[in-house]
Amino acid sequence: MAEGIRNKVAIIGMGCTRFGEHWDRSAESLAAEAFEEAIGDAGIDKKDIHAAWLSTCFDEGNVGKSAIPLAAALKLPYIPVTRVENLCASGTDAVRGACYAVASGACDVALAVGVEKLKDIGYGGLPDFSQLRGIYNRQIFPNQTAPGQFAMLANKYFNRYGLSREEGKRTIAKISAKSHANGAMNPKAHLRREVDVDTIMNAPMIADPLGLFDCCGVTEGAAAAIVVRADRARDFRPDPLYVKALQIAVSPEEEFRFQQWDGTHVETTYRCGQRAYQEAGIKAPREELSMMEVHDCFSITELVTYEDLQISPRGQAKQDIDEGFFDLNGKIPCQSDGGLKSFGHPIGASGIRMIYEVYNQLQGKCGDRQIKDPRLGLTHNLGGFPANCVIGMTIWGNEL
Amino acid sequence: MKGIIDYGVYLPYYRLKRETIFRAMGWFNPATAGMAKGEKTIANYDEDSLTMAVAAGIDCLTNMKRERIDALHLASTTLPYKERGNASIAGAALNLSPHTRTADFTGCLKSGTTALISALTALEGETTLVCVSDSRLGKAGGAQEQLFGDGGAAVAVGNEGVIARLMGHYSVSYDFPDQRRMDGDRYVRGWEERWIRDAGYFKMIPDAIQGVLNQCGLGINDLAKVVYAPLGMKDHMAMAKRLGLKSQQIQPALMDSVGNTGSAHPLLMLIGALETSRPGDKILAVSFGSGSDALLFEVTDEITAFQSKNKLNTNLEYKGELENYTQYLSFKGMLPKELGIRGEEVAPTSLSLYWREQNAVLRLVGARCKACGTPQFPKDPVCINPECDALDQMEDYPFSDKTGMLFTYTADHLAYSEDPPALYGIVDFEGGGRYWFDITDCRLESLKVGKPVQMTFRRRYLDQGRSVAGYFWKAMPFKG
Repeated sequence: MAEGIRNKVAIIGMGCTRFGEHWDRSAESLAAEAFEEAIGDAGIDKKDIHAAWLSTCFDEGNVGKSAIPLAAALKLPYIPVTRVENLCASGTDAVRGACYAVASGACDVALAVGVEKLKDIGYGGLPDFSQLRGIYNRQIFPNQTAPGQFAMLANKYFNRYGLSREEGKRTIAKISAKSHANGAMNPKAHLRREVDVDTIMNAPMIADPLGLFDCCGVTEGAAAAIVVRADRARDFRPDPLYVKALQIAVSPEEEFRFQQWDGTHVETTYRCGQRAYQEAGIKAPREELSMMEVHDCFSITELVTYEDLQISPRGQAKQDIDEGFFDLNGKIPCQSDGGLKSFGHPIGASGIRMIYEVYNQLQGKCGDRQIKDPRLGLTHNLGGFPANCVIGMTIWGNEL
Repeated sequence: MKGIIDYGVYLPYYRLKRETIFRAMGWFNPATAGMAKGEKTIANYDEDSLTMAVAAGIDCLTNMKRERIDALHLASTTLPYKERGNASIAGAALNLSPHTRTADFTGCLKSGTTALISALTALEGETTLVCVSDSRLGKAGGAQEQLFGDGGAAVAVGNEGVIARLMGHYSVSYDFPDQRRMDGDRYVRGWEERWIRDAGYFKMIPDAIQGVLNQCGLGINDLAKVVYAPLGMKDHMAMAKRLGLKSQQIQPALMDSVGNTGSAHPLLMLIGALETSRPGDKILAVSFGSGSDALLFEVTDEITAFQSKNKLNTNLEYKGELENYTQYLSFKGMLPKELGIRGEEVAPTSLSLYWREQNAVLRLVGARCKACGTPQFPKDPVCINPECDALDQMEDYPFSDKTGMLFTYTADHLAYSEDPPALYGIVDFEGGGRYWFDITDCRLESLKVGKPVQMTFRRRYLDQGRSVAGYFWKAMPFKG
């Protein structure tokens, strides 16, 4: 394996807007707010930035294509700006662009901004998927939505591990309840309230067996990160975050086109995780990680991610969930900020928002929801469906 | 002489009880009370006459090789396209060779029997597949709404392996304007029912029957079964009396279980007669519509191999009740619903792309890798098997005739569907290959991991603003 970028890049500033339905805000104003917080946090000026990356997903109802909207919104002075779109993993990919640019020596200070406006389409849920994968797939893909695709994962998982519908739903409901409890303590969260397991289990059905509270919010917001060379990070602040791993993995779609995938896990997460642990030098993730922010677009996604990231053994995440392993006071708190579930999911911003939580936790700035003495935090960002997706993962530490 | 060498049946999944119609509309037309018995077949929202004709053709092709077919005749009065060959779409969906001669027969309710006569009298040695279907609409509260059913039938005609030999045929043609539709009409218009019956039905069918019997030197008592199109609920029996038929000669008209399937109905009844016939039986099949066609067949010894399939009964038994009259109205496009903004979105169809990808979209033809043997859909240059990874080793491989099992599934309440929740899943095909498909003709409760499924050709969307019906394949429970 290549050397990777472990310990070569550091974050020195981050920003994140409140997440929610911003009927009165434009994408540009959200991006500008996250950006202002980030440069203020880093203590730098706009002119110090050498290159920028913008992540957005649904461009049609949002800012449109290209990186111009970011350059125009922030009035960036003719620097290189690149737009990245990799479905819901776009945010992590923007950070990757910025980190790789710094690691390569092409620039010293780079910016990643993720933003999404989703509520200008006139209906609930994500914008219609029919053209997302091009005009050919529109002819041959089923009439599907994201909840439905992850519901298929849940049905297969329940079937394989012998969980009754009731047992299965209760298990994943505990995941949502945990995230809502954490999010209730987060002033920037979209759905900032506690929800009990029975309410979650009895909520209206979205895609069988997933109910309303098994699904994350459809949210607007922006997040930003400023990265520099690791060896100069302490010139900017005493407590930068050092990159330990930054990996992207993309499915070749053999999952739903070849009879090998078992349908009860996300292969791309597993592959990405293996590479991230190797880059970070992590041998026993269950013992070494302090916290995780995973892509809990749906409760079942978080469950299989515990297994795909080799925290829980295959088929045994239920035991860890039942024992509170991922709770705020558990061994590896997961979604201490509420996750996509409660913090919300402005697509292009989510990957950066996850890093924002790791950043704040590792700097000890999370108040009521502060995890005790975290040292190593992981983010896992999934774009697409279980059977064909983009996974972006990062691991960060507060020591070189 | 030529004869029938194979047959297939298609009745749609849904049934609507006539009592349900009467409960909804009887206040408006109490005279339909006498008709409110039994049930009728209703095409699903994703079906039209084209897909039903294809389904009947596929049922026919379970017995014979499609390579034998030289020509395809498609007959219906309710074909979706006025310009764009409906039979060409059907021929592709049936995965027939592009070198098949195709023809649309339409315009009156005897178009099905006319298509059959044309096939039987075509070049000696040619094999023709005749697919017939109809899904006619009567306006809410009318008698036609009670009478019409949706369905299709297919008959293959050739020289080898004949199960029913054509003895003779006879036709009469009149401009009898009993029922009519012009360009743009959705609903059938009629004239007084008593006049249709007395001046048309009771005259033209007996005329055609007499014509063919004279031609063959036979009398009505020589016939084992007489098939003739129904009209109203009671007219079929009244005709039997006029023709002097004994009860065992009357082929049931299926009005209480199917309704009148228009052009397809004489063929549907003929198949019913064949399925209970014995070698040597003489069967007469007669249509009614702008005149009448009469065809006389003699059943051969070959019939016995076909009867075990019980195709008509299989179709009669595979059904689900449509409990709401308004759901029927909605399926038929007679009810403007609040679709929601998500439902109103209709993306344009690229017809050049559709043409380029026709093998996948219409034929459900994917590929099999010559290097490792893995079937895969759709066809890509690089093999999907990670252990193989061969480049450009793909040969065509059809999936439409493969059965499979449901790998996983869901019922999606968020996706816009004309019949929510949207059902879809991933299918593992027997012999290899996996893909995801919409699922139709069943209810969520009947689905489970591992359930056997088959493929069915459906209309995925109807873009009326751009005159495009988008067809593709869906999975449905294995029907047998």
